[in-house]
Amino acid sequence: MKAYHLFRKDLFSEIRNRYAINSLAMFIIVTISVILFSVGEETISDYLSGGLYWVVVFFTGMSGLARVFVSEEERGTTLTLQLIARPETVLSGKLIFNLVLTLAMNIVITFLYSALFPAFVIKSLMLFFITFILGTLGIAISSTIIAAIISKAGSKGTLYPVLSFPILLPLILILINLTKISMDGTSFGEAIMDVLFLASYDVVMLSVSYLLFDFIWKD
Amino acid sequence: MIWKIILFLLMSYVIIAGISFPIVEKPEAWYHFPLIPGLGENAKIIFFHVPTAWITVLAFLMSTIFSIKYLRKKDLDDDGKSQTALELGMVFCILATVTGAVWAKFTWGEYWSWDPRQTSIFALLLIYGALFALRSAVENEEKRATLSAVYSIIAFVTVPFFVFIMPRIMKGLHPGSADDTNVGPVVNFKMNSNMYLVFVLSVVAFTILYFWMWRVGSRSLNIKEKLLKNYR
Repeated sequence: MKAYHLFRKDLFSEIRNRYAINSLAMFIIVTISVILFSVGEETISDYLSGGLYWVVVFFTGMSGLARVFVSEEERGTTLTLQLIARPETVLSGKLIFNLVLTLAMNIVITFLYSALFPAFVIKSLMLFFITFILGTLGIAISSTIIAAIISKAGSKGTLYPVLSFPILLPLILILINLTKISMDGTSFGEAIMDVLFLASYDVVMLSVSYLLFDFIWKD
Repeated sequence: MIWKIILFLLMSYVIIAGISFPIVEKPEAWYHFPLIPGLGENAKIIFFHVPTAWITVLAFLMSTIFSIKYLRKKDLDDDGKSQTALELGMVFCILATVTGAVWAKFTWGEYWSWDPRQTSIFALLLIYGALFALRSAVENEEKRATLSAVYSIIAFVTVPFFVFIMPRIMKGLHPGSADDTNVGPVVNFKMNSNMYLVFVLSVVAFTILYFWMWRVGSRSLNIKEKLLKNYR
């Protein structure tokens, strides 16, 4: 069994019941409208809108990204997966699925957000694009490995954001900083250090996930 | 026993010297502390703030080392040792946060200003809290040990981002930040030899105290588990 097959299986079952997609879509609307209502008639500054963008991304991610592993536990298909696939294959398949989901979610958020918040203007598009891609990768990787832990801890829903936040905090801080910089119109060359930190976070998290997944997966 | 006597002597000296030795502009006598511009009498809290912060990191490191050991050998003893280190680390983390906030109030003017160091100690508090939440959520002993070991290793690899990278890309007030020009790490060149000696003794005393507490804690956890096993 290849990671690609696992991804296809997850994709088809997701298309059939659309649980994660629906909850993610609803959460995007809920979070953005809460921010819009709380802002009201006030005008928000540019930097604040850049920070709030990642707040929307974080909370939306927390609502749906745990599904990949929790759904296997709920259906009771974990044992079958353990028999037919190697742990690394399982992690790769789930990671690809979460990556696609996070990417789709972030694209929708970005378009909706820039349409609804006039203050959210990016001057340096190249820098923001790279921030966006590396940020999406980081969120997908960290949330997948935490989702694996959560599914073994009896699928406690409230535990997911509690466990994810400290792990995602350095990522979110660098992302907010980079978004601010790209709103100023800083060129890619000037922000290269921050981009490298972002890339190193992704690499570190990816390697730790592959190293430790064995221990979570085998009971 | 000998360690307890050493600890008692060191701790008494650090507490008496750290609080009562005078700070003067031109240190002459052996017990004088130098006046550090901008800090004044506030400088004395360094004898209690830095050691607690050091113990916080040390406890987290030890908990991670025992977690790795547990994952390799699957010995529940190692999990108990890791848990004791976590509990002590949480206590010292709160102490470091509080002493740091008090110091910040009198030097920077605010209890909390999201300086990079404050952000990182806050993240460490969150990690400790998340680990306790995870431990309390799982009933099965082996599963709890495995999951918390895995989580503490994942959390541990994010620590370098806070400790080394954050303060260098964010503007901060704490010594050692990116825009830090003259305050410098206070430890290195603003202390005279007497102040430095008390500081080092304080770090040593707190480290001995930590190891003593950790040994008592893990032993009592061991005995508790044995008693529970017999009781069942």
